[in-house]
Amino acid sequence: MTSSVMGASGASTRAPVRSRFTPASLTPRLRPVIVPILGLALWEIAARTGLADPRFLPTLEAIAVRGVKEFSENGVTSDLAASLARDLLGFVAGASIGVALGLALGFSRLLERLLSPLLLAHRQIALFAWVPLISMWFGGGEAGKVVFIALAAFQPALTNTWQGVAGIPKIYRELSRVLTFSGWDFAVVIALPGALPGIFTGLHAALIYAWTATVGAELLLDIAPGIGGRMNEGQHLFHIDLLFLCVFLLGLLGVAFNLFAGALERRLMSWRHS
Amino acid sequence: MSILVRALDNVGVKNSLLRIEDVSKAFVLSGRAVQALSHIDLDVERGEFVSIVGASGCGKSTLLRLILGLDTEYDGAIRLDGRRIERPGLDRSIVFQEHRLLPWLTVEANVGAALRQIKLNGAEKRARVSEQLQLVGLEAFAKAYPAQLSGGMAQRVAIARALVTNPKFLLLDEPLGALDALTRLRLQDELLRIVRDRAATAILVTHDVDEAVYLGDRIVIMNPHPGRIATVLPVPKAMSRDRSDPEFIRLRDEVLARLGVDRAALRDRTTEVLAGHARR
Repeated sequence: MTSSVMGASGASTRAPVRSRFTPASLTPRLRPVIVPILGLALWEIAARTGLADPRFLPTLEAIAVRGVKEFSENGVTSDLAASLARDLLGFVAGASIGVALGLALGFSRLLERLLSPLLLAHRQIALFAWVPLISMWFGGGEAGKVVFIALAAFQPALTNTWQGVAGIPKIYRELSRVLTFSGWDFAVVIALPGALPGIFTGLHAALIYAWTATVGAELLLDIAPGIGGRMNEGQHLFHIDLLFLCVFLLGLLGVAFNLFAGALERRLMSWRHS
Repeated sequence: MSILVRALDNVGVKNSLLRIEDVSKAFVLSGRAVQALSHIDLDVERGEFVSIVGASGCGKSTLLRLILGLDTEYDGAIRLDGRRIERPGLDRSIVFQEHRLLPWLTVEANVGAALRQIKLNGAEKRARVSEQLQLVGLEAFAKAYPAQLSGGMAQRVAIARALVTNPKFLLLDEPLGALDALTRLRLQDELLRIVRDRAATAILVTHDVDEAVYLGDRIVIMNPHPGRIATVLPVPKAMSRDRSDPEFIRLRDEVLARLGVDRAALRDRTTEVLAGHARR
């Protein structure tokens, strides 16, 4: 890292004719944030100069002020907590069923034959198509929301786990026969660790799907405390700053989920990177 | 036991550990029947090291699969210690061409994995694993992951894994085939030492005629289409394991000649060509 930074600055001193402000002269660390910063600057300019109607595009300051107010007075923290709790419950339920079923399908040829057509068909149905059915079966309240989130988490967890087990190289299956492994030996020594990268990919995707579905459930099903509920409020009361605040919070939490899952994955599968 | 063995020896019954009797095996490949093995007869004595050489497609690896018990659909019989082989067992072990170490397990866990079906307590298992790692000179790498090892080191771990169960019979399926020339030479010496050390009975399948002669007590030459044994050449007990020994070279050239590569003729022709160049 340091050497590449040194190299870049060295190159710019050796070529003084060139402008200092070419993208190449920017340190690599800064590059990813340049576009977002420029975007925010343009936004702020547009909002302040009246280029954009502030009723539709509030100033960043207004959003920040709203944020401070929401966190200090209106208790957006409890909305966040409610959304996260829902998300987590649905994720755990859906992902654990998905992983378990994925493992079962990976292990049992019979089960795979029996269930794979159904599961492949299920994958073709858009997630939001289940909303009316779920609200009829489970109601639009807490149960229906959690079921919907669970359904969102289920599919990627299932598919990736299943593929993870199925993708274990044939030579390892042969090895387990040569070493006279029992089914249990095969599961704990070969299949589970071998499928772990797949399981992780599945859980990672399930985490993101579940978060998306949490907002979806909160917007489409009954209004309840939660970020989606606040967005409903923002929409109906025309509080554009609240809407933007919610979008920012959703994005930030999504990024946090991603970072968390990535860190966990690297830690648990250190053997891959050594 | 030994008296009985001697008595049997006296009446001409050999002390064979492995008997392959009239084994044939056919595959169906894209609708066509392919004869992989045809009437194979081979006895391997206790403590003997048999090298099998042959062009690809001569059924060497198929034969190993049958001995391992991975495939039991064939004609004829394969017996280990008089008992017919019906399934894989820990009395046989194999080193494959690719090391087949599990990437998510450390070196010691990879070797230890072979002991899962053996009734020993944890301490005994650990002792056995470290003994094997010592034998292949990798005790310092017990906690390393396969990705951190060189090809030669990984293959030594695979050898340790094959030996940790104390098998009666060791199968080596081109175990050094994927290694660079120098590592291969070094590991050949190591194999020789390990095999002698344990008086192990082994079959080595190889492409490398040098290796076959260097390691084998007997050399089985197989021909393809259908896979069959062409000749069995004994390696003289007195022959030194020295690649420049004239006897070694003679035997190697004979094996090559029987595989269809006439080394002597090649040499003569090369000399002629060179002489021709010199004259011009």
